[in-house]
Amino acid sequence: MSKPRIKVPKKVSAGDVITIKTLVSHKMESGQRKDKEGNVIPRKIINKFTCEFNGASVFSCDIDPGVAANPYFEFKAKVDEAGTFKFTWVDDDGSVIEAEKEVALS
Amino acid sequence: MNLTRRTLLTGSAAAAVASFFGSQQAFASVEELNKAISEFTGGAEPGEGPVTLITPEIAENGNSVPVSVLVESPMTEDDHVQSVMILAEDNPLPNVATFHFSAMSGEARASTRMRLAKTQNVVAVAKMSNGDVYKVSNNVKVTIGGCGG
Repeated sequence: MSKPRIKVPKKVSAGDVITIKTLVSHKMESGQRKDKEGNVIPRKIINKFTCEFNGASVFSCDIDPGVAANPYFEFKAKVDEAGTFKFTWVDDDGSVIEAEKEVALS
Repeated sequence: MNLTRRTLLTGSAAAAVASFFGSQQAFASVEELNKAISEFTGGAEPGEGPVTLITPEIAENGNSVPVSVLVESPMTEDDHVQSVMILAEDNPLPNVATFHFSAMSGEARASTRMRLAKTQNVVAVAKMSNGDVYKVSNNVKVTIGGCGG
């Protein structure tokens, strides 16, 4: 698993609504494609993405095979205090990719 | 192997039926789409509302089509957007993604990239914390399909 790429402003003013961008490398095999012999390639996608701030859920997404490879998400978050954003991607096979980003108040 | 006229005929008839159903299953039916929407809304009939769906008019590559959704809402604990579901009407599997927002989102706006099999309508259904449901759809022209032909 490769390291996810996340963009979060390092410093924010209290009450700001910030934009967070995330990208993770993943093939997102849809389960619709066939190999050369005509066998269906089994589905293997990231099916859930969540973002928490200091333990409280900010944004999450249920993902279906309609999401493109290397799933990208951009969303907003309102920051009232300094803390840590925690990002989680859950794969179909149960493996989890996790990442954290600190935010300080300016 | 004993190949008679009869076995040949029944065999090819079965193959024809199989290929017919095969092609039927390749793209989602309207019922499947409506079922997915009503499961999401809990049976409520979606109306028109403050939902904006941003998609390109023409997508050259169906493998990665940017899609953004924006719902106007104060985003407070009592009055916020709960979830937004994105669907592609003519994909083999209509569901694309479901975004879940909270009061901490500040703004109900999210973007991702999706796959589109062919030229079709993209639908967004938004569910508010007070139970209201809104729906909006955009047509996207796709030059090259993105679901592994």
